[in-house]
Amino acid sequence: MNARSRNGALNGGALNGGTWNGRAWNIAGLVTVGVVGLAAMIGLPLVLELSSLLDVTVYLILAILALSLALVWGYGGTLCFGQSAFFGLGAYAYAIAMFNIGESTIPFLLAIVLPAAFAALLGYFMFYGRISDVYLGVITLTVTLILFNAVNSTAGPEYQIGEARLGGFNGIPSIPPLNWPGMPDSALDLNDLFYVSIVLLMAVYFGLRWLLVSRFGRVIVAIRENEQRAGFLGYDARLYKLATFTLGGALAGLAGCLFANWGAFVSPTIFGLGQSAQIIIWVIVGGRGTLIGPVVGCIAIQWLTAFLGSAQLTKASLAQVVGPTVADALSSVMGFADLSNTSLILGAVLLAFVLLVPRGVMPSLLDLARFLVRRRPADALADKAERAT
Amino acid sequence: MMLEVRDLHAAYGRIPVLHGVTFAVAEGQSVGVLGHNGMGKTSLLRALMGFLPTAGGTVMLDQSDITDWPPYRRSRAGIGYVPQGRDIFPNLSVLDNLRMGCAKETGADGPVIESVLEEFPRLKRLLDRLGGALSGGEQQLLAIARCLCGKPALLLLDEPTEGIQPSIVDEIIERLARLKQSRRLTMVLVEQNLDFIAALSDRILLIQKGRITREVAPGNLQDPDLVGEFVGVER
Repeated sequence: MNARSRNGALNGGALNGGTWNGRAWNIAGLVTVGVVGLAAMIGLPLVLELSSLLDVTVYLILAILALSLALVWGYGGTLCFGQSAFFGLGAYAYAIAMFNIGESTIPFLLAIVLPAAFAALLGYFMFYGRISDVYLGVITLTVTLILFNAVNSTAGPEYQIGEARLGGFNGIPSIPPLNWPGMPDSALDLNDLFYVSIVLLMAVYFGLRWLLVSRFGRVIVAIRENEQRAGFLGYDARLYKLATFTLGGALAGLAGCLFANWGAFVSPTIFGLGQSAQIIIWVIVGGRGTLIGPVVGCIAIQWLTAFLGSAQLTKASLAQVVGPTVADALSSVMGFADLSNTSLILGAVLLAFVLLVPRGVMPSLLDLARFLVRRRPADALADKAERAT
Repeated sequence: MMLEVRDLHAAYGRIPVLHGVTFAVAEGQSVGVLGHNGMGKTSLLRALMGFLPTAGGTVMLDQSDITDWPPYRRSRAGIGYVPQGRDIFPNLSVLDNLRMGCAKETGADGPVIESVLEEFPRLKRLLDRLGGALSGGEQQLLAIARCLCGKPALLLLDEPTEGIQPSIVDEIIERLARLKQSRRLTMVLVEQNLDFIAALSDRILLIQKGRITREVAPGNLQDPDLVGEFVGVER
């Protein structure tokens, strides 16, 4: 959201007059998201088969992960290259605790608290050590790669935490599913996991919306805009950044817990470079400074990845679209006889986004919507009248 | 004393800018600081606010030693800072800028903002504009208003009339004079506009090469020789 729509929730009666427009946009946005979310929650299980519903579930889970970075980077201004560290820690914490405890209430909470504590510790040294933005990116990236290597080399039987074998590069298979709190015998089935994921995604979304119109949200945006200014107005920038970073870690851990449930499996690739980069890409494509953008970006890109992976885009099928000569040229230039390289096409898509829609999809779409609404003559007149008073 | 500065030294890296500044300001008093460009006026305010690390000396605010405090703590302790160039948030609305000023409020900030807006009626109709869309003079009013939302006891103003149309300069003088009365604000003003400094200051300090060298009475600003010696290069 840009500043105009952030004006939304005001508290002093007389102060509301001038910002009605911003508030109207805000409410329209919230209602739209709520309606679409509810419709998806009720409608999707009716129209989709279980396997497709499972695909949708993982998009929803990853969208929670996208929201965690939308908060930390998009609003807080901290470019964290290692959001997957907290995601992975959440998944591993859940898996390990689940094998040892067997009832999912504590593992679920651990999967949130442990990554949050790790984020708080890491953030404390980074923010209070006055690490600059660039090095902060390097450090977070390095940390997740260290975790990747550390967990990757725990394949031997001696690496065991209680009942849980870490499994190294093999990962941890057959992780027990979540159960309803306090009822170890009633485990969640795949349908339930869909409902839990979509409810949690909406809860995280609306919770963050609420947080961002609160004083805390305004302060972290102000710190992103200019840390020094926020300082002389009386805000301890480091404390606010640390709190934001910790909350981001907690949300990524929550997503990790659900992810471990979804596949009943977790492996060190969850800490890998690819996973980290992906989260940043969701936010770039969707748009920094919005919440719905990264959710849309995440779902769209995950869907595209899955689609490209299954579509078998070969030279022959490409030839049907662009003609045999171009297809020949393309495949010889790139050295691929077979063009089903998903990363290559995704890379091109990303490049196109960064060059053509640098602010991301949602901010651009919202601006377009505002422009179209403003163009209505009645509004233009009202606008003029408002300025004249 | 509201503010007591003793032998304050500060440097940008290895380049010293303040070489032992000593002065004091009593509660409710306003002190103007005059000096040529590059003599350390802005650096003095930045050091008082904690942005420029002190290399020696002490700064006392209302009897507490704040020499090593970070800026946010000084702000909470009652120092309001309106920096040169105003430093409002250009991407936030005027209202959100004001709300950012309410750092000390724990409850609703509406009443504080409304009371400040009573002093700056010009801002009332601009509340939903982006800060960056305001004119220079309006931005200056906003910066002062935002600062007042933090209920400061001591106001540090760095060249508030720089690049601002004369009509708003008069308005700023009038507002500040009234605030001085109504809120018993203590002020330290750094300025090159003589009318401004003469209208608002009880005492005037002259700064040369990082030291306070003289104190003059506001009436003496009529003396052209004195003015030529101490005021900005453009005169």
